[in-house]
Amino acid sequence: MDRYEGSLVRIAMMYVGDRVVAEEVAQETWLAVLKGIDRFEGRSSLKTWLFRILTNRAKTRAERERRQLPLSALLGDEEPEVALDRFLPPDHPERPLGWAAPPRAWPEERLLSHETTEALRRAIAELPPAQQAVIGLRDVEGFAPEEVADALGITPGNERVLLHRARSHVRAALEEYLEP
Amino acid sequence: MIGLRAPRMSCRELVTLVTEYLEGSLAARDRRRFERHIRGCDGCTAYLEQMRDTIRLAGSLRESDVSPQARRELLAAFRDWKQS
Repeated sequence: MDRYEGSLVRIAMMYVGDRVVAEEVAQETWLAVLKGIDRFEGRSSLKTWLFRILTNRAKTRAERERRQLPLSALLGDEEPEVALDRFLPPDHPERPLGWAAPPRAWPEERLLSHETTEALRRAIAELPPAQQAVIGLRDVEGFAPEEVADALGITPGNERVLLHRARSHVRAALEEYLEP
Repeated sequence: MIGLRAPRMSCRELVTLVTEYLEGSLAARDRRRFERHIRGCDGCTAYLEQMRDTIRLAGSLRESDVSPQARRELLAAFRDWKQS
């Protein structure tokens, strides 16, 4: 059961915006699950049920603390996936908007080093909470896309937008780390 | 039928569509444009590979993501609950 603890706290953060409160919400969720496990009817997967309990509790708590973010703040600002100066101009005669500075393959042995894993962890930690929650469930925990949307109470379209921004940011941070 | 051929995808457009491609949510026509582009483009092939590396590396955090402190508190809460 503790393999979800990190994700529960990340997701609660998305609603309450405070680490200590988020940890409390995660712990309340476990207690609610332990007390209610006999009422679990198997209509959804156990983990989806777990995350629904979490998001309901986090929403209630956020309302009580009057700290809930407006929905428009969820998606955050749009940033280019890759710096625009890495592409050729749109009026380039042969390759409009082609790579001017193309990416290169990453060496496998550096990719698997402990330092690279730490760089990835830092890159995820600096994401806005909603992006952290989505990449945490989808790529770290390995949830299916529809399970992520379901657990967070967002549309599949918004799930993909958040995932795209999160992955693009983390890829760019790794590239910066691996070939500065 | 040349006039109906889908317009070529630029590298910049490919970068904006890479998640839709990897998640399998790209419309069939755009998926074909994506795949046609990437067959002839080393830069975008490397970009897609970097994105796959990023996802694989994120998955490797799965087992190591719980702080020992959080685990202790949780187990303590579990014990309290069982005794109550």
